[in-house]
Amino acid sequence: MPKPEEVKYTKTHEWISAGAEVAVGISDHAQHEMGDVVFVELPKVGAKLEKEKPCAVVESVKSAFDIYSPVSGEVTAVNDAVTGEPALLNQAPLDGGWMFRLKPSNPAEAEALMNWTAYQEFIKQSAH
Amino acid sequence: MNCAPAIDNRLSIEKSDPGRRGLWCKNPLRAKASIPAALRRKSALRLPELSEFDVVRHYTRLSRLNFSVDTHFYPLGSCTMKYNPRFNEEAAALEGFAALHPLAHDSSAQGTLELIHDLSARLVELCGLDAITLQPAAGAHSEFTGLLLAKAYFEAKGENRTEIVCPDSAHGTNPATASMMGFNTVNLASKPDGRLDVEELKKHIGPKTAVLMLTIPNTLGIFESNIEAIAKAVHDAGALFYMDGANLNALIGMVKPGDFGVDLMHLNFHKTFSTPHGGGGPGAGAIVCSKQLAPFLPVPLVKKSGSGYVSDFGDGRSIGKVKAFFGNTGVLVRAYAYMLAHTPEEFADIARCAIINANYVRSRLLDIYPSYSKEYCMHECVLTPGADMTGKGLRTLDVAKGLLDRGFHAPTIYFPTIVHEAIMIEPTETESKATLDEFVAAMRDVHDSGMADPQALKDAPHTMPVKRLDEVQAARQPNLHW
Amino acid sequence: MYTPHTKKDKEEMLKTIGAASFEELVKQVPAKFLWPKINLPAESLDEAQAAARMAGLAAKNCRPLSFLGAGAYERYTPAAVKAITSRTEFLTAYTPYQPEASQGTLQAIYEFQSTVSALYAMDCANASMYDGASSFAEAVRATVRVTGRKKIVYSAGVNPQYMDTLKTYFAHSPEYTYVKVPMNNGVMDQAALPALLEGAACLAVQTPNFLGLIEDMNGVADLVKKAGALLVAAADPVSLGILAAPGEYGADFAVGEGQSLGLPLAYGGPYLGLFSCKKEHVRQMPGRITGLTKDKDGKRGFVLTLQAREQHIRRDKAASNICSNEALCALAATVYSALYGPEGLKELAEANAGAAAYTAERLSSIKGCSLKFKGPFFNEFVLSVPGKAAALREKALARGVDIGLPLAPLFPELGETLLVCATETKTEADILKLEAAIKEAI
Repeated sequence: MPKPEEVKYTKTHEWISAGAEVAVGISDHAQHEMGDVVFVELPKVGAKLEKEKPCAVVESVKSAFDIYSPVSGEVTAVNDAVTGEPALLNQAPLDGGWMFRLKPSNPAEAEALMNWTAYQEFIKQSAH
Repeated sequence: MNCAPAIDNRLSIEKSDPGRRGLWCKNPLRAKASIPAALRRKSALRLPELSEFDVVRHYTRLSRLNFSVDTHFYPLGSCTMKYNPRFNEEAAALEGFAALHPLAHDSSAQGTLELIHDLSARLVELCGLDAITLQPAAGAHSEFTGLLLAKAYFEAKGENRTEIVCPDSAHGTNPATASMMGFNTVNLASKPDGRLDVEELKKHIGPKTAVLMLTIPNTLGIFESNIEAIAKAVHDAGALFYMDGANLNALIGMVKPGDFGVDLMHLNFHKTFSTPHGGGGPGAGAIVCSKQLAPFLPVPLVKKSGSGYVSDFGDGRSIGKVKAFFGNTGVLVRAYAYMLAHTPEEFADIARCAIINANYVRSRLLDIYPSYSKEYCMHECVLTPGADMTGKGLRTLDVAKGLLDRGFHAPTIYFPTIVHEAIMIEPTETESKATLDEFVAAMRDVHDSGMADPQALKDAPHTMPVKRLDEVQAARQPNLHW
Repeated sequence: MYTPHTKKDKEEMLKTIGAASFEELVKQVPAKFLWPKINLPAESLDEAQAAARMAGLAAKNCRPLSFLGAGAYERYTPAAVKAITSRTEFLTAYTPYQPEASQGTLQAIYEFQSTVSALYAMDCANASMYDGASSFAEAVRATVRVTGRKKIVYSAGVNPQYMDTLKTYFAHSPEYTYVKVPMNNGVMDQAALPALLEGAACLAVQTPNFLGLIEDMNGVADLVKKAGALLVAAADPVSLGILAAPGEYGADFAVGEGQSLGLPLAYGGPYLGLFSCKKEHVRQMPGRITGLTKDKDGKRGFVLTLQAREQHIRRDKAASNICSNEALCALAATVYSALYGPEGLKELAEANAGAAAYTAERLSSIKGCSLKFKGPFFNEFVLSVPGKAAALREKALARGVDIGLPLAPLFPELGETLLVCATETKTEADILKLEAAIKEAI
């Protein structure tokens, strides 16, 4: 399980782990804002995702949220556990609540994302 | 509803006993049936087995768990929950209308065709436009029909227009319809006063724009006073001006939408024309339009021919069918009965009373429930809980539930989405001053008792058949049938 | 006129509002548009006058002894159904947005969904659509979303109005292609399926089909599955009292026209779209869905659920733009099904099949008339007639009998034929009257 400080974040509140094959999920801040997650729709293994394009959906009781791929790449695995038990996204967004794994096609893209400190600052800014 | 037996909340199937019967079909021709075994149903049909009395008591009991217009004030904004005249129901139930097969020969359907023809003519006149279809089954279905017309119109002109412009205060059906039709939606931010920003509109409208969809009065209950400039901007760009007519009871008899440049609009019979909502339908809709769009209307239409009426299948330019058969004719019969009860001046009184009622409620609540808009409203107003309430953690949802305990249906809440914690109140024109006074008292009591004991209001309702329900469980583990 | 205020009421209310006149309230409307001339009758009717006018119009509709079917079926509506649907607590309520104040409507919808799931032997159903045609179109749309394919294969026996509606729904998307499975003796030519299904989103079938014939669905789902497509089945709900249900033969989506469950014909509506599917497609269901849950005290209750798919939340990303359903019609169908129960539904289906079989037997004995197809049918069939079918119909109408729908405009390849329907409302005497009317007309 990565610590919140070890992953990078997007402005749309996804996180992405480091490495040649990365995990993607939603941030703790995001799950808090969404409320109880009731449904998760994941991309298919093998799907080629484009950076910042919608690739998954998370639903709460009264809202639906598009999840945007933090970087471009090919989906190598999806977390079927969250489709069966969406509450995992609330309980452990960085652990059991990871959504899918991706093989980035351009590793440089991840470099440009926010680190923990920058993300905290971003949340603070957006609140105003 | 306080008399409803509280204990028995079983489903019909849970009251079922094998071998019990309600109704029979004893037609002796049954013996002539000869369906080969390979084509027959093999699995059991899991329907309840009940006596007729069981069924009547079961559903009568259910009916008493509902709030309804006849039993409760129902100020659901944007939904126009007004009185549904009983006479309309009686008219629609006449065997001559109810038993008519949709493929009946025109010569067998003269009464209904005449009704459709006359209803059409009257609606076209009220809207100040030229032509109409009554085929759509509901408001959203009308929007779909309207955009199809626009599409066909531009195709016939050889223009490829791909965008629908609507303000962020629009009904959700507007962008949903646009997307279903393959259009891109361009959302316009409303001005602080809740109106469309004409300068913004001009920036976002151009050769790609097919249609501006605008609700008038808008979902904040405000009339677009710069309507002429809006219409001009739309027409200068070669686009069409679509009016979402969901709120027409604020305008009927008082203005004609055609006069201010509307090219096409929809009507909701279950709102403006008093047909009952039935717990969510059936509705019926119409698209009323200008001459230039008329050739593309769905078929069949009705035209006069000699001394009678015939179905008219157009000249081949029609968009086709949006619904099997003619439309929700049973609802149209009710709307026509309503039509007969009104002169132009009496229609105008609908708009007058709707507007007076909304402003009356607004003015009597403003001191504790601030209004989004600082000016008079049309037929509905959007209020919010005040800072004193939010300071105690009380939200719009709590106000809604508190009203249920006081015998009033809640207003529409959290819509329009551009207003934080919106409480959208539409009293409608059929409510008396006495009822509005009672409602105002209930709203004030919700405020006062909520301030005194916030937790009690957060736990409301206390007197209904059920308390707040677990919607998370319902969505996570859907249980959708017995 | 149904507005309550006296002049005095209005004055008092304006005073409370703080407006000098009504005109002050509507200053936001440009004055030039206010109070236009409206050219409508200057006199309205009182209720007695209106009743006379409506009765007069209703009487202008002739009521021949009718053998029309073709997607809308004459049924007897039981008194108890009318009694329940005219309860104003159901009639004048709105969509159950406040569940605590709408448990009656919500439980009724849940029972409706259960009834539809049971009839079609499917995993789940929604709270209803506008009519059979819109359910059919939405089901096909769902298969396109699920498979990502744009080729729609349909049997030639699908109600042409359903296909028209579907094509209108897709009118904006020229990339969709429609492939018709040819007919063989009035039913789908199954031998043609494997080739046609390649790359298809779905196979859409109606059974009993538009011509009344029952499609043999055994093995069809396997062919569909092999091609990676989905099976959409449209079926008359009453027929399912005795005929194989879509869930039994592996349909992914099953739809139908709920008018058949005791709703008045009413010249085309309001009707009731039945929509059901397999569990894995539950989120592809358009429109409203009710679910069972508990309140905070653990007591059973009902709510609208899976709402995040819907237009008021997803706006331009919604599965469909549908906002209303046909709740009151759904209630009628639910009460109808509960009154008849499994045995009664079976009797109704048998009475339809029996009445149509007897009608076919009598009519095919008329000189010059014959059954166009040999296969088993449910409650309607195609009759070949000597001379112009449309002319025969008009002649017989003059004698008070509507002998059926001339098919030439829809199926020119069938020659001069009528689609004749007999439901459980028909007696032996009615059928003999039909026989006599056709004989006279010939």
